[in-house]
Amino acid sequence: MSKATAAIVGPGNIGTDLLAKLQRSEHVEVRYMVGVDPASDGLERARARGIEASAGGVDWLLSRDEVPDLVFEATSARAHLANAPRYAEAGIRAIDLTPAATGPLVCPPVNLREHLAAPNLNMITCGGQATIPLVHAVSRVTPVPYAEIVAAIASRSAGPGTRANIDEFTTTTARAIERVGGAERGKAIIILNPVDPPMIMRDTVFCAISADADTAAITESVLAMTETVARYVPGYTLRAEPQFDPPGGSWSGWARVALFLEVRGNGDYLPPWAGNLDIMTAAAAQVGELLAVAAASGPATSGPGPSVPAGTKVTA
Amino acid sequence: MSRDVRITDSTLRDGSHAMRHQFTEGQVRAVVSALDGAGVEVIEVSHGDGLGGSSFNYGFSGTDEIALIRAAVDEAAAARIAVLLLPGVGTVEDLRKAHDAGASVARIATHCTEADVSIQHFAAARDLGMETVGFLMLAHRLEPDALAKQARIMVDAGAQCVYVVDSAGALVLSGAQARVQALIDEISPAAEVGFHGHQNLSLGVANSVLAQAAGARQIDGALCALGAGAGNAPTEVLAATFDRLGITTGVDVPGVLAAAEEVVAPFIPRLPWMDRSSIVQGYAGVYSSFLLHAQRAAERYGVPAHAILQRVGEAGYVGGQEDMIIDVALSLQQERESTTGAHR
Repeated sequence: MSKATAAIVGPGNIGTDLLAKLQRSEHVEVRYMVGVDPASDGLERARARGIEASAGGVDWLLSRDEVPDLVFEATSARAHLANAPRYAEAGIRAIDLTPAATGPLVCPPVNLREHLAAPNLNMITCGGQATIPLVHAVSRVTPVPYAEIVAAIASRSAGPGTRANIDEFTTTTARAIERVGGAERGKAIIILNPVDPPMIMRDTVFCAISADADTAAITESVLAMTETVARYVPGYTLRAEPQFDPPGGSWSGWARVALFLEVRGNGDYLPPWAGNLDIMTAAAAQVGELLAVAAASGPATSGPGPSVPAGTKVTA
Repeated sequence: MSRDVRITDSTLRDGSHAMRHQFTEGQVRAVVSALDGAGVEVIEVSHGDGLGGSSFNYGFSGTDEIALIRAAVDEAAAARIAVLLLPGVGTVEDLRKAHDAGASVARIATHCTEADVSIQHFAAARDLGMETVGFLMLAHRLEPDALAKQARIMVDAGAQCVYVVDSAGALVLSGAQARVQALIDEISPAAEVGFHGHQNLSLGVANSVLAQAAGARQIDGALCALGAGAGNAPTEVLAATFDRLGITTGVDVPGVLAAAEEVVAPFIPRLPWMDRSSIVQGYAGVYSSFLLHAQRAAERYGVPAHAILQRVGEAGYVGGQEDMIIDVALSLQQERESTTGAHR
């Protein structure tokens, strides 16, 4: 079976870690690493891994004789907003790791199947990738009128983009808890912790449930989902059994289930404590794999294939 | 205005922790009216964890904080209403709503090493025309010079004052003063410096006096010390002490004494107190608002609250990580079960 070809745009920490993961893939072959800074270490690292790398930006990428099937955007929301129409025009499907959210919000084990034909898929946020599977695990068993997540990450793993716009994290994650996770109302909290040695990413998921919800079914669903995510994020673990509490004084009659997660990174390029970055690259790689498999096995309908509009490929 | 130091009263924000976030509109009106009458210029009203804090993690508000802010604004004749916002918990959107309700002072709080997450919020607050104050929380965790650099980030972002916030009540005298001094050296006169003290080691007032002596121009208090942990530096004691030192605050001492005794004391469930757990918070440097959460987890999981807090301090958890209290309680419970199991 031929592999889907891919480019990674953005040769920073995320792009480099993603490359390491995709190089193990049976279904995706990374051809290009694209940046804008000739002095970028990331381009050099990619070349060392045998990848054609250029600081020529998206212009360079789109002028290749063979444009890739997939592009992984690991730049910034602003850059992706500018690049997304160009990828679309070139028939390249985009997996967007930035907060741009031009395409549908995707969490692989929850809703990827619904978006297999979408030209642009957004990876939400690190906290979203960690917690939405569990919100969904609860909401597929019992109605969840409200879900709240607390993501705590090592200060050193929060890049300048996150720091400059932390509201983007909370609002995007909250929206995805509702739309993807299946909670009626969502809330997200993020905490940066500077402790040294750095803390491993921790996430807590609180779901409001009815007082007579089937706790055994919830537990079973949560444990099954944890295993599913752990297949592509090996360091994804529940620290304790789901904790059920009866309706509390100020909980509007809701009972509550609390889930305590730890996300240890795979240590591919980023250190293991940066589980927040690892889960983004692992989830993006997973999306790439599933898109590649779907494209290879499915009938060539409207999906992207070699039949890219010719005019978009500028001859080199 | 001719006064040496401005007292900001946080009874209706930090005190919200001690009230489990169940302040009523009537209580807010009574407190604002009494403080306003006593000449307190700035009164902070928000969920204890700041705007947007109403949650499973921190406790849901009994009355929506925006309704409380609106009531406070309505009640205040001269005083201005401040709100607290922790980036990562609350958002610019929450700040807009508070501003629409009439709040005019924005206090933006981050962990002491993470000042740069507040930049967008200071910009938004200035755009709204609000007075701005930065809050560097758990300030004992950072040395004075490094803390001053974080204060500089906030001032560059638009903060008109930056506070040394002793969230754990862990600073002891010279430690508080050295941090205030370092901030003065870095940001004054471009911006003022403030101090927010807690009573876990009973030094809230003493640290505030030293802070003022070092040049702090804004000091926080709460009536009856109502606040997280063993409570805040009591507003009424600050006013009386500064008065005795000949330092003007513009606050009428009999007026705040009456506010504490006649308005706040009658409705609070229990006076903040330096019990074992809250002293451990000061001693181990644990965020003060973890106290009641630790007590609840202690009850739920049958492990001592002070042991939970000690462990939380060792792990270096920061403000906002209330969820980790349950996590720690679960670990302690498991350890206890495996130990008692081994004895059998």
